[in-house]
Amino acid sequence: MVRRHTRNIGDPAYRWILTGLALLLPLLLLAVGSQLAISAAPALKKFGFGFLLSTTWDPVAEVYGAAPMIFGTIVSSLLGLIIAVPLALGVAIFLTEFAPRWLRQPVGFLVELLAAVPSVVYGLWGVFVLIPLLRTIAVPPLRALLGWTPFFKGVFYGNSMLAAGVILAIMIVPYIAAVSREVLQAVPATQREAALGLGATRWEAVWSAVLPYGRAGIIGAIMLGFGRALGETMAVTLVIGNRHDLGASLLAPAYTMAAAIANEFSEATTQMYLSALFAVGLVLFIITITINAMARLLVWRVARGAAVGSKAL
Amino acid sequence: MSARALRRRAKSVAMTGVVAGLAILAVLPLLLIFADLLHKGATSIDWNFFVKSPVPAGESGGGVANAIVGTGIIVALACLAGIPVGVGTGLYLAEYGGGRLGWLVRFVADVMNGTPSIVVGISAWTWLVRPAGHFSAIAGGAALAILMVPMLARTTEEMVRLVPNSLREAALALGYPRWRTSLAVVARTALAGIVTGALVAVARIAGETAPLLFTALGNLNFSTTVTEPMQTLSLQIYVYATGPFEEWHRLAWASALVLMGMVLVLSIAARWATRSRHAAG
Amino acid sequence: MSQLPAAAETTAAPRRPESHRPADPTTVRKLEVAPDTTPVPDNTLVRIETRRLTALFGSTVAVREVSLFFPANTVTAIIGPSGCGKSTFLRCLNRMHELSNGGWTTGSVLLDGEDIYGSGLDPVTVRRRIGMVFQRPTPFPTMSIYDNVAAGLRVQDRRSHTQLDDVVEQALRQAALWEEVKDRLNTSAIALSGGQQQRLCIARAVAPRPEVLLLDEPTASLDPSGTQRIEELCHELKRQYTIVIVTHNMQQAARVSDYTAFFYMGDLIEIGRTSQMFTRPAKEQTEAYLTGRFG
Repeated sequence: MVRRHTRNIGDPAYRWILTGLALLLPLLLLAVGSQLAISAAPALKKFGFGFLLSTTWDPVAEVYGAAPMIFGTIVSSLLGLIIAVPLALGVAIFLTEFAPRWLRQPVGFLVELLAAVPSVVYGLWGVFVLIPLLRTIAVPPLRALLGWTPFFKGVFYGNSMLAAGVILAIMIVPYIAAVSREVLQAVPATQREAALGLGATRWEAVWSAVLPYGRAGIIGAIMLGFGRALGETMAVTLVIGNRHDLGASLLAPAYTMAAAIANEFSEATTQMYLSALFAVGLVLFIITITINAMARLLVWRVARGAAVGSKAL
Repeated sequence: MSARALRRRAKSVAMTGVVAGLAILAVLPLLLIFADLLHKGATSIDWNFFVKSPVPAGESGGGVANAIVGTGIIVALACLAGIPVGVGTGLYLAEYGGGRLGWLVRFVADVMNGTPSIVVGISAWTWLVRPAGHFSAIAGGAALAILMVPMLARTTEEMVRLVPNSLREAALALGYPRWRTSLAVVARTALAGIVTGALVAVARIAGETAPLLFTALGNLNFSTTVTEPMQTLSLQIYVYATGPFEEWHRLAWASALVLMGMVLVLSIAARWATRSRHAAG
Repeated sequence: MSQLPAAAETTAAPRRPESHRPADPTTVRKLEVAPDTTPVPDNTLVRIETRRLTALFGSTVAVREVSLFFPANTVTAIIGPSGCGKSTFLRCLNRMHELSNGGWTTGSVLLDGEDIYGSGLDPVTVRRRIGMVFQRPTPFPTMSIYDNVAAGLRVQDRRSHTQLDDVVEQALRQAALWEEVKDRLNTSAIALSGGQQQRLCIARAVAPRPEVLLLDEPTASLDPSGTQRIEELCHELKRQYTIVIVTHNMQQAARVSDYTAFFYMGDLIEIGRTSQMFTRPAKEQTEAYLTGRFG
């Protein structure tokens, strides 16, 4: 007998529960953003736009300017990007186009492991291995070749923008590589085959047929890496020197927003000090959200909504 | 073959070499780091290292038992909240996520995956530490859970979507209501993949330091009280690395080796979970 | 055709209500039929029938005003070229069509005289009375052979373990699979061959004792020996069930069915006894299809 009017409460209940859980995410984002804004309001109200442009950070005099931090964040991340992009794209192209099948799994696994290494371990290695390496192997030739430019002037004590840039580069390579790899794999095989059929060499097929097709996605991948670098905290704070100085030389110590918060949050004794740090957090939050949003839109265009690069995230 | 064709061929080979070289260069730091971890850290690891807590500066024979246990507790707390919300969100996205809300949640998840963890840390401080008046493992767990959820949501969605629609139809035709189809058939089939995603997320948060700086704070004593500050391996490494003592630096390397070992085991377990699935299927 | 339904499944089927006389399922039925419906002798029990059933995807009509009887314990084959709506029609019989994107129906489907699209009726309970086997074998990969067969039972009611054992064995015997798997009931279902998996799906479909069995091109992905075994099964199974089988293979229809219905572009062109249809079809289109002039 067909039961009439059976109430199936299971289905609507299930949907409601799942929808409720899913709604938590946008709510969380909103909560973080608004909490930062509220806590940052006093400092922003006091310093206005000058907060972003002033170079004076004086907790004693209660004057706070975040320009050196913002500058340092952007410069160190850019430096990291410049070094990382060729390496990451090299890995991605190598794995998708040139590597023999038996090599793909192990090398791919190694690249994923790069993303799994904790930030603080990178920092530890940066302090005790990378900086001495830079001091002995990298800086002297750089100084010799480019010491006349403003970028390599001054004494190199170790903790520097350069060290931060290099360590950031190592850390973001896996993110750029993972996303680029998925973008390249999403390029239809017909593109490559058409080029090869026309007589292109293997490299020419990649350069002229595959890469242009995935261009938007690769730019998105690069932006994602940039976003990651902007927010890196532990590795950076261990090697950058933590000094509120805005200068052109990569050999000098510097500061980033994330490092500043990590270093000074527990020492913020006054309300205004704390508020200023929250303001720094707010600026960092807005910058990374914007970059990540743009990057995601670019990547989705190629990979169409798939959870790209999720293994590396 | 003409000279021009030869040149093109040579260029292709050369570029292949360049690309391979870049790939090697990219992976090289990882090998260096592993080598250094083993070289500098292995000698400091003995039984004491795992069972003792830190001793005052200058003395020897301390260990990181408090940090290892603390890492376990805080990660477990994070999973308590993070896994249900993350997997639930992922299920939502896979089952009902075709509309506008689904697009929004997906977008937010991707954006949050790139949010700096220090920002999440100070938010958790505002919500859970300041009103309570003290640091706690719970606050640390909450901060890590916030990091976990977007990760899990996306990997879960991806895994559930891989389940063929024909399985769903077969269950529905048998008279399974939709919720039961989703859980008992679809999610169950995707379980190995979901577990992989969870293991990867756990590996990632086990190494986090920044969000714990102002929530769990750290604790040089052995503690299992979740309403008090607690130590993790990552925090311990930070303290030791920035300290002035040579002894501390050695312990930092050893702790880093242990932490990296944990992360490695989790990463390999994650891959193994999906590999056996493919072998059976 | 009025408003379009939401894509999500609701308790009541999305449709215009049809008035119908509730019928007593056990009485001998007098057939006031149009010449297009099944020619059955007077004292036959009709298990399931459709009345002016129309199936749509959004505003596209896939099946147009089909009225068909399916007498109890018979096999009816539905044939026709690709895209003629036969699978869509089949899926209307157990309310699976409304799960497709934009799928909805008008008209009625009477199971033992009761309209399964009646208001307030839960499609889930309807589907438990009707079994379905799909084109590709779809055993649940994480379940054992035993659990696969028992799946349809476990979702309906709680039974004791021994009761379940009996039902599982019986279903597997009916599907001619028992001898091959009786020693490994707890092993994974996906370790079976394609033909075995499909018989497992049949066992799973018959275990809950449905009244009607719907087979949607069940041998399409099987090799000839697997196909043959399933066709033999149909002859066995019809003693207990009423079977509707969609097939693109005319010879299979001829081998397996008592009645054959020919669909073309969403319309039911002809229905008749299989022996008659294949030797002396009434409609010209039917003859054209059967002789291979199109499709």
